[in-house]
This record gives sequence, structure tokens and C-alpha cells, in this order.
Amino acid sequence: MVYAGSDETGVPVSIKILVAGGFGVGKTTLVGSVSEIRPLRTEEALTEPGRRVDVLIGVERKGTTTVALDFGRITIRDNLVVYLFGTPGQERFWFMWDDLARGALGAVVLADTRRLAGCFPAVDYFEKHHVPFVVAVNCFEGAREYEPKAITSALDLDPLVPVVLCDARQRSSGRDVLVALVEHALAILRRNPQPPPAPAT
Amino acid sequence: MSGMRGRDDSWLDDEAGPVVRPYALTHGRTRPAGALLDVIAMIIAVRGVQADLTDLEPEHLRLLRLCALPTSVADLAVDLDLPLGVVQILLGDLRERSLITVHQPVPPANLPGADILREVVDGLRRL
Repeated sequence: MVYAGSDETGVPVSIKILVAGGFGVGKTTLVGSVSEIRPLRTEEALTEPGRRVDVLIGVERKGTTTVALDFGRITIRDNLVVYLFGTPGQERFWFMWDDLARGALGAVVLADTRRLAGCFPAVDYFEKHHVPFVVAVNCFEGAREYEPKAITSALDLDPLVPVVLCDARQRSSGRDVLVALVEHALAILRRNPQPPPAPAT
Repeated sequence: MSGMRGRDDSWLDDEAGPVVRPYALTHGRTRPAGALLDVIAMIIAVRGVQADLTDLEPEHLRLLRLCALPTSVADLAVDLDLPLGVVQILLGDLRERSLITVHQPVPPANLPGADILREVVDGLRRL
């Protein structure tokens, strides 16, 4: 079988990884440290039926809202590219996550131990949607260092979910986070080899 | 062609309030014709098409030039400096007219063998 995007067609294989977490936790820094970052704008229409109506309060006349995504790409080799999308953490942007998370290999949930609650929505979302994820604790200066085990317990994570400490400013550290995620996603795929239903094209 | 004009213009009246420019480009449409294009779907312009392109917007034509080689939807949005949603709609128009081919991404579980993900791990380690 020839897969869309396989080498046989000469079309690059593209892989999608999300970077999520609360406001100011270092998503832009992480994406920028491991890839060439480009600002990607989304202009979300608020007039469309079925959108979360609560975002309209106070902005009834606005029509659309601009949301900036951190978009990075890592070329692994010719015809194999990893795309990173730093997504706004607030729950009100979940409608956007649905499009981004579909078909994603996995997600990095960035956490700040001083404001751990900031990453709860992302953890909930990826658990609910069965998107493989790792929690990367961005070690800010002045923040108390925690053992990964303490984070697993504080976030009530499945013990199989990797928790890694990182410094989002360091390329090598960001790289290790991504490696941990892809290894984790691989392990999950090996445990559940049956493919999910094919998405609509 | 249907879908390009007329159909969704009815709300663009005096009561509609200010209309933000990017969606004026799509004639008020907020979803593309056909299935939504994934942000990492690869788009390729179909070569050698003899078609009347006069009713297309300049942005449609720029998109066609930009995807002469396979290019992702997200990259096209950045290159064109337009919001993602707008570019998805414009690409939907081009797809409807068979001016582009769309390669939706392969779900990770369907990638041909686990080798690709191993390659990704090795490639990331070299960063």
C-alpha cells in the first residue's frame, strides 16, 4: 500500500508535536531553542455557530480573535520533517487544540512548579484525547527543585507518563524533552499496534 | 464558481458590524469547502493545468506559486503572512478546482513501520 506522504510519493512525511502549558511557562522559549521558530497567526472567527459562546462576552462586535502560535520545524532529513506547535494553554482555546491535536504524534506539557495548576488543563486534555504526552518541568531560577516522582503524584499522572526536568532555554535540554516524548509515543504504539480508524480526508 | 461568491455574503450587511479584513478575503467564509486541511498537510500545485484563473484572488495565485514544491499548510500561512484559517479556506478553493493535491498527514500509528520514528529519535539526538 502506498501511504499518502510516504517516500514512494516523494512527498515529505510530516510529524506533528504540540507544546502546551500555562501562560508564561516557556513554550515559546522551548520551541525556539530546538527549531527555527516562525510566528503563525490564527484568526479565529467568533461568529461561527457551535463555537464556545463564552468567549464572546465583551467582544460581541469583534468578529474574530487573533491567536498566535509558536510554530517551529525540525528537518530530520530530506522528506522527514517534525513540526512543533506551541499552543495557548487557556481552556478557552480548546476549540483550536482539536484541529491541532488530531493526528499529533504527541505533546509536551511544560510545567512550572511555582504554578503547577497552569498545566492541569493540558494534562486533562491529552489524557482525555489519548494523545501521548510527557511533562517537562521547566526549572526556573528561584523555583524549588522537585523530584519527578513528586510531580507525578501532584498531577496524579499515570506512572508511565515520563516527567523530565528541563531548562527550556537550552537546546540540548529541549532536545532531550522531545526525545523522551518520541520514545514514549513509540512505546505506546508498540503496546497498541492496531491502528486507529483512518481520519477523514 | 459556486462557493467563491454569493453563498455566504448575505451576512455582510450593515448590521454585521465591522468585518475583519482577513475574512473579507474569503468572502466571509470561516470554514473551507470540503474537509478541513490539517496544519501539516502537504500541498502541491498541480502542474500544467489549463484553467481560467481570472476569478481567483491574488492570494490564491501566490499560494499556487508557493506550493510548486510540497509545502505544509502552516508554512504557507507563514509565507503568505495570513492567518491559518484563511489559508485553509483559500486552499480549499484551490482543491475544489483541482489546482492542488493535498497529502493529509499519515496518523502516527499508520506510519510505514516504526523505523520512521526511530529515525526521528536519532535525528533529534543530533540537534
